[in-house]
Amino acid sequence: MIVLQILAGAFALFALTRVILRAKERKMAWGEMLFWSVVWLMMIVLVVLPEASTYFAGFLGIGRGVDLVLYVAVILIFYLLFRLYVKFEQLEQGVTVVVREIALSKLPKQPKG
Amino acid sequence: MAAARDTDSWKGDVFIVIPAYNEEKTVGGVVKGLKAAGFDNVLVVDDGSRDNTADVARAAGAITVNHVINRGLGGALGTGIQAALRLNAKYIVTCDADGQHACEDVEKVALALKEGGTDAAIGSRMLMPKGMPLHRKIGNFGLNVATFLLFGVWVTDSQSGLRGFTRDAAAKLRLDANRMEVSSEIIYEIRRNRLRLKEVPVQAIYTGYSLTHGQSSLNGFNILFKLFIKKLLR
Repeated sequence: MIVLQILAGAFALFALTRVILRAKERKMAWGEMLFWSVVWLMMIVLVVLPEASTYFAGFLGIGRGVDLVLYVAVILIFYLLFRLYVKFEQLEQGVTVVVREIALSKLPKQPKG
Repeated sequence: MAAARDTDSWKGDVFIVIPAYNEEKTVGGVVKGLKAAGFDNVLVVDDGSRDNTADVARAAGAITVNHVINRGLGGALGTGIQAALRLNAKYIVTCDADGQHACEDVEKVALALKEGGTDAAIGSRMLMPKGMPLHRKIGNFGLNVATFLLFGVWVTDSQSGLRGFTRDAAAKLRLDANRMEVSSEIIYEIRRNRLRLKEVPVQAIYTGYSLTHGQSSLNGFNILFKLFIKKLLR
């Protein structure tokens, strides 16, 4: 347990520094930086104080802290996947707009007949 | 001869839009058939084909518009309709490149528009379903149901590639769908713009070739999923 806490904690800390560095270099949007900072901070808290998850779980009426963490993680993953899918579709539409412009720019101006 | 030309002069206002992806074997025949039927304005959208579709179409007398990369049926239709509008089309009829539609049926749909009283016309294979394989009938019916549930419009052949629009109607269509779900999206756009729709019975020509093209029945589920997401986001 102690080993996992150290490893996980170190990883979360590392990820957090990455996020802050990216935000400083303006490679990441402000909202995104906030979101991921919260995620990694929460992970650090849970790693340092595992009892915290048990406390919140009891608050919500769920048996174990681990269960709560997993439920939240799964919901988060579904949400992120949905967002990715939407962005992907928008990207596809954007590509079509460009390809269409190229195609139409080569159209003869005079209508036939 | 002159008399025949006069009664056919309205065909000069019609643009036939044919989206095509790797259809070099059949597109030439389709274009030639339409030109022989009196339609001078045949516009083939080459959707990034890797074969000689564009050359074959051009040689047969079609205007060609090229996508540098493949975008799918929806993308090709959108481009074709835009191109036809820019070339001052009065009526726009879409048609498949694989020979699934008979020229007489293309003419039927165009005539339905010309006669007036409607903004859009769709050739429905289900009004004359002889010759359609059973799994396609079931798949098509399923998609009709989905189209109705999602978009509130019941049509007998939501996936038909034979569709016609007047100029004004075509200009109002907002087609975002890139791939085959565009067929159902067109139905929705017809309803959203409160366009009048007329269904025209047409025959389905199923050669061994055209059966391997078009939608597989299983693709229906993929389409359902995409339509559902689109509906959520509108």
